[in-house]
Amino acid sequence: MASFDPKRRDLLKLGAVTGGALAMGELWPEMADAAEATSAAASAATPTTAQGSAAPTPIDVLLRVNGSEHRLALDPRTTLLDALREELNLTGSKKGCGLGQCGACTVLIDGKRVKSCLLLAALVDGREITTIEGLAQGSNLHPLQAAFIERDAFQCGYCTPGQIMAGVACISEGHAGSAPEIREWMSGNVCRCGAYDNIVAAIQDAGRAGGSLKGG
Amino acid sequence: MHPFTFERPRDLAAALALRAQAGHNLAPAEYIAGGTDMVQLLQENVRRPERLVSLAGLLDNRIEAGPKGLRIGAAATLTDVAAHPAMKGEFPVIGESLLASASPQIRNVATMAGNLMQRPRCPYFRDVGYEVCNRRSPGTGCSAAGGVNRWHAVLGTGDCIAAHASDVAVALVALDASVELQGLGGRRTVLLDDFYRLPGDTPHIASVLEPGELITAITIPASAAARRSHYLKVRDRASFEFALVSAAVGLDLDGQRIRELRVALGGVGTKPWRVPKVEKALAGATLDPDVLRRAAALAAEGAQGFGHNDFKIELMQRVIVRAIETAGARA
Repeated sequence: MASFDPKRRDLLKLGAVTGGALAMGELWPEMADAAEATSAAASAATPTTAQGSAAPTPIDVLLRVNGSEHRLALDPRTTLLDALREELNLTGSKKGCGLGQCGACTVLIDGKRVKSCLLLAALVDGREITTIEGLAQGSNLHPLQAAFIERDAFQCGYCTPGQIMAGVACISEGHAGSAPEIREWMSGNVCRCGAYDNIVAAIQDAGRAGGSLKGG
Repeated sequence: MHPFTFERPRDLAAALALRAQAGHNLAPAEYIAGGTDMVQLLQENVRRPERLVSLAGLLDNRIEAGPKGLRIGAAATLTDVAAHPAMKGEFPVIGESLLASASPQIRNVATMAGNLMQRPRCPYFRDVGYEVCNRRSPGTGCSAAGGVNRWHAVLGTGDCIAAHASDVAVALVALDASVELQGLGGRRTVLLDDFYRLPGDTPHIASVLEPGELITAITIPASAAARRSHYLKVRDRASFEFALVSAAVGLDLDGQRIRELRVALGGVGTKPWRVPKVEKALAGATLDPDVLRRAAALAAEGAQGFGHNDFKIELMQRVIVRAIETAGARA
């Protein structure tokens, strides 16, 4: 795994608070859940510290991302999301919940949308991965990226890479017809700013323009 | 996440041998296929295996439709099964139950056998901060029985009251599906309805699987009831949510008269819940709403609520009636 750095230390401190948060969980289960998720995220990123036990033997994994090949020796616990962000510095894919519920980590594998936080990197050895960084062609944005800007389909932007990757797949699958259809087929992506109306409009625009994966 | 070594066995026999060394539940070795549930359990420290045995590439993922029925390889994804042409004509209830499951991203990765093997969605089971959980730590008690239990079961409860969370398992049980199992000792086929165990006083043993044994395929016999079938799922939000109550129904009609009916329920039982009493009561009956309502009441016999989930006892009767009416209205 990548070397220890001060940001990790902060994460671990957060994780260490979990013990206190558990008592709070009696009254506020969802807060305990959040603290637990933070702790899990921290331990996943820094295996040698949080559990107090040695890191297991690294395994060799070949990641093909946006047309480039990367041979990595990874802690077997590494998720695809952590490998992208921590090893390859592709930080466009976001870690929201780390449990497959929010969709901020959505990437494409062999052209199909997946949640990269729920996949161990070892399980996608050799498969073709496309992240938000691989969508534009040079300085030409993908039609759905352009549509998100045109339609102002975000506020804070944290969910946007996942929304766009899921939206690209939604269009190429043929599920971007009516607004209700888009809402159903985009239900794996949460936007806490509530930009849903504009997200649906952007996907409709790009869908009508034929915005497939190679459309940029 | 607890440290584990990641095993990539050469073939299925090697995988079975690795996993068979482990016991029933608190196992030093676990299988992983799609991993959409297992990675959550690992992240939350609910499962802490020493070795994770990858089934990637070792299991059949083909979907074969023939005159006798459907055979689905264990590793077929929910997306691939939902998109299969047989879902349109022969098995609508299976396709509908799959499209009502999870989200597109998860359906692209999750395998059919993994879906059948998913662990309970009980928030107490999933949060190791709660030490009291018979399913996770046998003999400690059940936090849900006296806690927040809106999502929990009212039928088949014991030392665990978690509802079985799979949608497609409900459809499969309604259609008399079987699972093909393989272990070191050989192969066997088990009716899916018999595959799941009631929790009783051993809720940590959820199925009849022997240590190391796994599901290799699912088989579903073709039938008239399967052709006129429907899945109705009632939940707290319209999409990407588990069922509060669901019903899978299959209907074989002779004019307006019911020749044969299949009904299984989700969200209410500790396993997918077939209701033979309702099926028998309606054999030969018409689709009269009063007749349907009286028969649906039989599903509630023996149901026990735990406070927050009391509403499910009335709701499941209404869901049965509406699902039968919807299937009956189909051409």
